[in-house]
Parts: sequence; structure tokens; C-alpha cells
Amino acid sequence: MTMSIMLRRLNVLVWTGVLLAALMTVVPVQAQQTLQSEGNSLYQDFGGLPVLNKVVDDMLALALADTRIKETFKGVNMKRLATLITEQFCELTGGPCKYSGDPMKEVHQGLGLSNSQFNALVEDLQQAMDQSQVPSRTQNKLLALLAPMQRSIVSK
Amino acid sequence: MNQQWQRVLFMAVAALMVLPAQAQSAMTPDMGKLTATAGVIQIEGASGGGLVPWATITGYGSRDSYGANLHYSYVGTQDYALGTYGAAVGIADRVELSVAKQRFSGSLTPLNHLRIEQDIYGVKVKLAGDLVYDQDSLMPQIAAGVMFKHNDGVGGLGAITNVKALNAASDSGIDYYLAATKLLLGQSLLLNLTVRATKANQMGLLGFGGDQGDRYQAMLEGSAAYLLNRKLAIGAEYRMNPHNLSTDNEKDYYDAFIAWFPSKTLSLTLAYVSLGQITVYNTKRQDGVYLSAQVGF
Repeated sequence: MTMSIMLRRLNVLVWTGVLLAALMTVVPVQAQQTLQSEGNSLYQDFGGLPVLNKVVDDMLALALADTRIKETFKGVNMKRLATLITEQFCELTGGPCKYSGDPMKEVHQGLGLSNSQFNALVEDLQQAMDQSQVPSRTQNKLLALLAPMQRSIVSK
Repeated sequence: MNQQWQRVLFMAVAALMVLPAQAQSAMTPDMGKLTATAGVIQIEGASGGGLVPWATITGYGSRDSYGANLHYSYVGTQDYALGTYGAAVGIADRVELSVAKQRFSGSLTPLNHLRIEQDIYGVKVKLAGDLVYDQDSLMPQIAAGVMFKHNDGVGGLGAITNVKALNAASDSGIDYYLAATKLLLGQSLLLNLTVRATKANQMGLLGFGGDQGDRYQAMLEGSAAYLLNRKLAIGAEYRMNPHNLSTDNEKDYYDAFIAWFPSKTLSLTLAYVSLGQITVYNTKRQDGVYLSAQVGF
């Protein structure tokens, strides 16, 4: 009985160890990348401004063809929107830009955007990043930076 | 009664699955959650991994909608097989209702005619946090769940027709669990920790409580998954089990899985599972394959 409890504890320990080890193999890589990020930021992982430009253009083209959300862009200056989003992505990923638009909460106030509309644009962004052959890990790093904006954008 | 409820729920889900094509109303499910963020249906019918229930709410309905699915899972080890089928509904990405039927069978003499069935009804409620959007903090998505389990009896063991004849204290029981699931999107990693209060022997297939103990015990369950891309995840799980029966030297469960989400309407999970010994009369460790298919919206 005591033996089996000991074995069980050992099991828990071993598995906690496996989980931690899994974490530790991933996190240091991440940390290393952050350390090197003076010269190797997420911005550079993306391929700099040319790729970010294309990703944003492709995303907005997909969004305008997306029946779930195309209505929400009615009356929007798409060229200006593309410039602002590119600036934002560039700044967020550590690139040499400064977002010149208004705060996200202000910009989306009164639009009544739903959570599924927010996610629809995320899916269009994912497809746009696929089209530029951005690796999944790099895609997820950008999405992690954008995800908390859901709280300022979704109001429905 | 149980059978009737199952039929009602299956028909309701089937009806829901036809509805999207029929009606373009506010009731149309929005499939507004991102691929794979609803998890898959685990072996007891709740949203999670293969063995462990997670804090995720099943279905692809956003907080303004609903989702539902049907699933079938099969576990085959050297000497036993376990088939599970069921239906689950997720409402407003907040509440999950599930029903599942488990069929356990033996293939090695003298247990080659063994049949044990169990019904599981589950309710889960998301309490706090958001799996996807809380990327700027360590806050996980947290949910509490209950599984109502009823063992439908034993077949193929001669005079033994109920798990109570195998020393189980009861043929029905309730599991309570609290799950915390954290998606670390920047690391493409998902971690889950679940604490379950239970009396269930082999998930309830061998009843609840027994000659070695009939008290609720807290069991730890954990999962870790790495997202290879948004359609493919690999991972491993651990699930601790109580030991209430002298005839069953019950061990903890493990699995290593790969889950594929070709679309939001279909997912397939393949795993290698280790279930340990099932009874002292057959001390061979039961390892095998786990296969699960899920269709829904």
C-alpha cells in the first residue's frame, strides 16, 4: 500500500518532470531568441517591412471578400487602414515603426463588432501569413501580441 | 430512462447539425471560434484531450452562439477494448453538456465474453479566463465540471452481473473536477492541469468505491501539447487513478497523442495509451492504440 502510494507519487513527479522538461526545451529557445532580439527580432523573423506590407494587404483583400466581415469595412479608407495596421504590426514585432493611429478602443467604439467577426479577421490574417510562407511558430508569436486587443475591439 | 435521455440528446444534436443548412436566422451557429480551440472530446465525453477533461468548452460557437458534435472513440489494448460514443453541446462558449456511452469488452479467455457498459452525463461551466485572448498574462481558462456516471452492469461473467459483485461499493457515482488550461500562443504550447474528486474504479467501468476505500480522493491529471501548426497538435497526458478494489491493482493512465483538425467540422485523434493493469487476474500492463473521430460545428 505504502509502496503503491510511493510509486504513484513517483509517477506524478516523473510526469511533472516531463512537462517541465518539455517547457524548458521550448522556453530557453524562446529566451535565447529574445536575447538575440537586438539583432533578430520577430520583425526580422517575418522578413521585415516588405513581408509585413504584403501580409497586411493580403489580409485586407481576404477580409473584403469575406462574407462574415466585409460589411464592417464599409466607408473605410482601406489604403489608410493598411498603412496603420502595417505600422502597428511593425512596431509590435520590434521593427523601426511607430503606430500613428488612435487607440484601438477608440477606433472600434460603436462598431458593435462581435467575437466571431474578430476571429474571422484572425483567420484571414492566418491565411495571409500562409501565403507569405510565414512559419507557424512565427505566426503564433504575432497572434499572441494581437490576441489581447480582442478586449478593446469586440464590443458586442 | 437513461436510454430515452440519450436518444433525445442524440436527436437534438442531429437536428442541430441539419439546422445550419436550413435556417439563415440568428439561431444559425456562427462557428466563430478558432480551429482547435475547442479541444477534442475526451474518453468520457467532455471537451479536452484524450484522457483528460480540459477547461475548454466544446463546439465552435462563439460567446454569441452555440456548437455541437458527435464522436466515436476506440481504445484497443492487448486483452481489452473500450468503445465510447456520444454527443456534446457547447452554449455561448460558457456551458458544455455532454452524454457518452462506454462499452468495455475483454478478448482473452476467461474474460473473452466480458462486457461492461457505462453512461456518463457531463456538465461543465467556464468560470474565468480566456484560452485565446489572455496572452498578456499567465491567467488560464478555468472551468468546473461534473460527470454523472452510471454503470449499466456486467455481462459474460456468469453469475456476476453487477460491479457490486466485484466488490465495488456502488454502481453509480459523480466525479467533480476543476480544470485550468493555458494556451501559450507565443510558445505554440498548451498546458492543462485538472484536479478531479472521484471514487471511480477504471473511470467507473468497475464501479465506484470498494473494499479498499469508499471515500472521495483528489486525483491529478495533466496534459501538454505543442501546436505544430493550426491543424496539427502533438502532446502527452497523465491521469492519476484511485485504488479502491483489491481485485484491481489500478494504475495511472498515460497517453501520447497527435490530433488533426482538417476543418472545424472534423477532427481525428490518434494516441498511444497505457492503462496499466485492469485486474489482478491478468497482470499484463495494458497498452494500445486510441483512435477518435469527431464531427460537428
